[in-house]
Amino acid sequence: MINTIQDTSKVIRVENLRKSYKDLVAVDDVSFEVSRGEIFGLLGPNGAGKTTTVECLQGLRRCTSGKISVLGLDPAKNIGELRRRIGSQLQDSELPQRIKVWEALDLFASITPGENGWRKLMKDWDLESKANASFSSLSGGQKQRLFIALALVNHPEVVFLDEMTTGLDPVARHGAWDLIKEIRANGTTVILVTHFMDEAEELCDRLAIVNQGKLLALDSPFGLTSKYATNMKAAFSYEGDDLPSMEDIPQVKKVTRIGGTVEVEGIGSFVSLMAAKLVNHGIVPNDLRTRQPSLEDVFLTLTGHRIEV
Amino acid sequence: MRTLGRLTLVEMKLFIREPITMFFTFALPLLFLFVMGGVFGKMTNGGAGDFHGLSAMAFYTPAYIALVLTSVGVVGLPGHLTGYRERGVLRRFRASSLSIWRIFAAQGLVSLATAALGGIMILIAGVFVFHVSLPQNPFFVILAFLVSALSFISLGLLLGAVLPTSRAAQGVGLVLFFVMLILGGAGPPPEAMTHLMRVVGDFTPMQHAVTLLQNAWQGLGWNWMEFGIMAGILIVSLTAATLVIRRNS
Ligand SMILES: Nc1ncnc2c1ncn2[C@@H]1O[C@H](COP(=O)(O)OP(=O)(O)OP(=O)(O)O)[C@@H](O)[C@H]1O
Ligand SMILES: [Mg+2]
Repeated sequence: MINTIQDTSKVIRVENLRKSYKDLVAVDDVSFEVSRGEIFGLLGPNGAGKTTTVECLQGLRRCTSGKISVLGLDPAKNIGELRRRIGSQLQDSELPQRIKVWEALDLFASITPGENGWRKLMKDWDLESKANASFSSLSGGQKQRLFIALALVNHPEVVFLDEMTTGLDPVARHGAWDLIKEIRANGTTVILVTHFMDEAEELCDRLAIVNQGKLLALDSPFGLTSKYATNMKAAFSYEGDDLPSMEDIPQVKKVTRIGGTVEVEGIGSFVSLMAAKLVNHGIVPNDLRTRQPSLEDVFLTLTGHRIEV
Repeated sequence: MRTLGRLTLVEMKLFIREPITMFFTFALPLLFLFVMGGVFGKMTNGGAGDFHGLSAMAFYTPAYIALVLTSVGVVGLPGHLTGYRERGVLRRFRASSLSIWRIFAAQGLVSLATAALGGIMILIAGVFVFHVSLPQNPFFVILAFLVSALSFISLGLLLGAVLPTSRAAQGVGLVLFFVMLILGGAGPPPEAMTHLMRVVGDFTPMQHAVTLLQNAWQGLGWNWMEFGIMAGILIVSLTAATLVIRRNS
């Protein structure tokens, strides 16, 4: 194999990936690269093609066309070695109904020679009290935590997490985030599929926004918001009808009044200029608040609609 | 090997925790043996023509050993494997290097062990409760059992690979099970069946396992024709199952 550029820091390369199911194009010409130790996110609404993409990378689905390399391996050719080196948490899968939690961990650990760290995983993911419970008796969140633990049991170099925190309560979600950061700190590359904005913002170093099979944008969460969601928002309460005209300020883009709340959108220093103008008119709101642009706004800009879960 | 061992152990435990397959494998054949024992147990009519000239229980004991195999092959295995596929268990296992081959192999081993256990239970009941004499040629009986068991297990793996859903597996499995139970050599005495029933019975794999086992048991020697049929089923099912799995994965 002759590669023009041999960059070993890239653990995943995807070039012009396409996958169609009969006449439906689920993934349409997607390309990206992921570096070692990165938390890379795929964010998009239902049916965007996220699961299809990551399952092609894991060799669980055959892509229609395009080139995939994971850890330098082609999932279509070196699937055996690839599976030993990656970890998978799949969106839809189950375990035998009557298998016990510890049996599943022990079984999956037996694939890796000399592996016996599954007890620590059981503890980390808060499953110790359920060690002897059968899979079918677990709650949704407990099943999910078991699947994450199983994805990590072989000390993977790359771990794929597809909707990792679906079904977890807020405490468990934040716990999961901390554990994912810890896994990355140990050098594991993480591919995170999600449709939660806060999760993507909190965890991902870089983020691909996908919609209808297409990759619309790829950058850090900050990079995305500063590029696609430039408008900041400010809001305050005011009931009177002698509000000075904000539109005169060049940095202000939009003013809306809903009930007793005034919402102003703008760029750059508009908040300070607006506040000065208000004070000059003797209006001193005591609840002026600003909101930084979020991924939600990025998504709205890119697709024209809000992400729907 | 370590993984296959661990997987087989887990599958064994799962089998034990599954009441329905436990019932079909162990309880049902034994139950029928006792029912038949109650109905025909007193009949010892050598030469009268019924039961190919055997005593009733000498006829039925090998037949119910074959029923254990039928139950493993057409009810237990297909239901279990299609359930795994339907619920995404196979995918989850596959993603972690537990290939479908390993799962099928582990299932094969578990089935062989449970079939052997079920068969021994029938043998013990036949010998101690119904005074059936021990096999004339134990070696032939063991060989006949092994060949038949492997055939039915291969058939089960094939059904598990081909049938799309566990509902389909249940339907097909139960129909096959009851057809074989009634017509495949474990039902009414052969002399009491119509010609048509016997013709249909001859098309069931179970009838051939029954004859192979009965002949070995009665010291009638090794029935090469029945052995050929069993071995044929084994080879064809295993090959077909392999092809189907390879095509789908
Ligand atoms: N096996 C399949 N056969 C046919 N169509 C499929 C199959 N798998 C996925 N699709 C279709 O491909 C599209 C992308 O599906 P995919 O599961 O990749 O989306 P997703 O981004 O993971 O969505 P979600 O957030 O709901 O998990 C959808 O329109 C889906 O209906
Ligand atoms: Mg998905």
